[in-house]
Amino acid sequence: MLGFVVRRVLQAVPLLLLISVLVFALIHAAPGGPLEMYLANPNVRPEDIERLRVALGLDRPIAEQYVAWLKGFIVGEWGYSFTDGRPVLQRLLERLPATLELIASAVVVAALVALPLGVFGALRKGGWVDHTTTVVSFAGISLPVFWVGLLLQLVFAVALGWLPSSGRASFGDGNLPDRLSHLIMPAVVLAAVHAAAWSRFLRSSMGTAVQQRFILAARARGIQERRVVWWHALRNALLPFVTVLMMDAAIMVTGAVITESVFAWPGLGSLFTEALARRDYTVLMAFLMMTSAAVVFLNLAADVFYHALDPRVRVR
Amino acid sequence: MRRSQGRRVAWVAGAVLLLLGITAAAAPWLTPYVPDGIDLANRRAAPSIAHLFGTDELGRDVLTRTLFGARISLVIGLLAAAVTSVVGVTIGVVSGYVRGWIDNVLMRLTDAMLSVPRLPLLMIAAAILEPSVPALIIIIGLAGWMETARIVRAEFLSLKERAYVEAARSVGMQPARIVVRHLLPGAAPAAVVAATLAVGRAIMLESAMSFFGVGIQPPQPSLGNMLYQAQTSMSSEPWLAFFPGVFIFLTVLTVYVVGADLGARELR
Repeated sequence: MLGFVVRRVLQAVPLLLLISVLVFALIHAAPGGPLEMYLANPNVRPEDIERLRVALGLDRPIAEQYVAWLKGFIVGEWGYSFTDGRPVLQRLLERLPATLELIASAVVVAALVALPLGVFGALRKGGWVDHTTTVVSFAGISLPVFWVGLLLQLVFAVALGWLPSSGRASFGDGNLPDRLSHLIMPAVVLAAVHAAAWSRFLRSSMGTAVQQRFILAARARGIQERRVVWWHALRNALLPFVTVLMMDAAIMVTGAVITESVFAWPGLGSLFTEALARRDYTVLMAFLMMTSAAVVFLNLAADVFYHALDPRVRVR
Repeated sequence: MRRSQGRRVAWVAGAVLLLLGITAAAAPWLTPYVPDGIDLANRRAAPSIAHLFGTDELGRDVLTRTLFGARISLVIGLLAAAVTSVVGVTIGVVSGYVRGWIDNVLMRLTDAMLSVPRLPLLMIAAAILEPSVPALIIIIGLAGWMETARIVRAEFLSLKERAYVEAARSVGMQPARIVVRHLLPGAAPAAVVAATLAVGRAIMLESAMSFFGVGIQPPQPSLGNMLYQAQTSMSSEPWLAFFPGVFIFLTVLTVYVVGADLGARELR
């Protein structure tokens, strides 16, 4: 087991290096380099740009810059934001809690919807729950997230006035009901994409689980059907489901970027769109690296998790 | 029973998709308005017989703009999926046929590309490139080849072991000929399914990018940038936010349903 974990971690290192090369190359592919924003600004004199270029090390060979950037990245020196001069790491970290809150709520909502849909769909294949789930899940993956966000705002904030249209709290940190009312719409929008896909996935893994012989054996021993389904079968079906949940991390980041800017949710996603509008390359680079690293880590965790919980994959 | 029902749904979806395509392609002949025709006397008009989808803050006809936007979206979706397929099939073929260290490098690159969140990556690329339709097609296409490459590689790995390929090799057939004549046709159905899904994904990505202002630039209409512009005035003119979204939804939905049906056929 330990050997497996070590092997997987060792595989993740070159992967992260490759990602860092891709991200670095992308940012430095900009015609004016990372200082492009200042080039267009008539108030910035050419000699100032030259000074900045030297100060930021942009006059050095590209390979040297990459190594310096990577070294800094590893030790947590992620540079300074071009827009407000504050450390990038600090800017990202102060936005992280809001994003985690949003993503965690969305995962819970999506799982709560997907669980019953997936289970009932698998038990009565071809029944109305199954059909509805299939239709809804196709609709779910085809709905543009930002459009759903706009429509919900239109209905629940503008027309009905039940929920606040944006932000994380009405005043300061807000109180619990206030915070919750701000959380509902963005969490539901972010959950919608995943609830659809997850219910379909759970339906198929549950379908496999109930056909296994230990289920037949459990029924033969006279165990209540409810217990057979929700305990014996579901436990087995949840295993691949939980790994899919972690594997979807990359899609969730994309979803968070869209949802956060539609609802002005002050998390990493809206930091990203703000940074993009101002071409704040240090923040953009750090955002891409941080989210990609999170995706790699979650994929790794999914593997290890599966490996730890399912003895069958260890036999290979 | 269910299979035939699914088939019927797929036919309906295909027909709707075709209709959407024809409507978008024929847009200039279907509507009496031009997409950026400003009519200040008719600003923010609600849907009516003259303007079925209403007008926007400059009095431009929303139906016309939606159709022209759908046109751009479909063009970008189809061509980006073509780029995706060409790159993905090439990488998949090289990886699956040549194997060895090249395969290893290409597959690690695939893993790396799949780990970087796609929309943020594309938004940065578009911001750097100064977006134009060809630039959007290329970057969206280049951000999507990984799935196709993996699928084609997997097909190649299994096809390579078949007896007929062994036979072709043993009679001294050139590897390039084996790939083209014997392996590619076998991998083609899976690649077509992947390409169909890539069309849906590309349309979705383009609309999201335009929504964020790094895709199609106004005044040229696109479904995404119309929704962006609708944001500010949607409380008084909800139709601005409604119709373009319906078009994205219907297009992507029908593409996915057709793709899923093709996939199901391929599995049998």
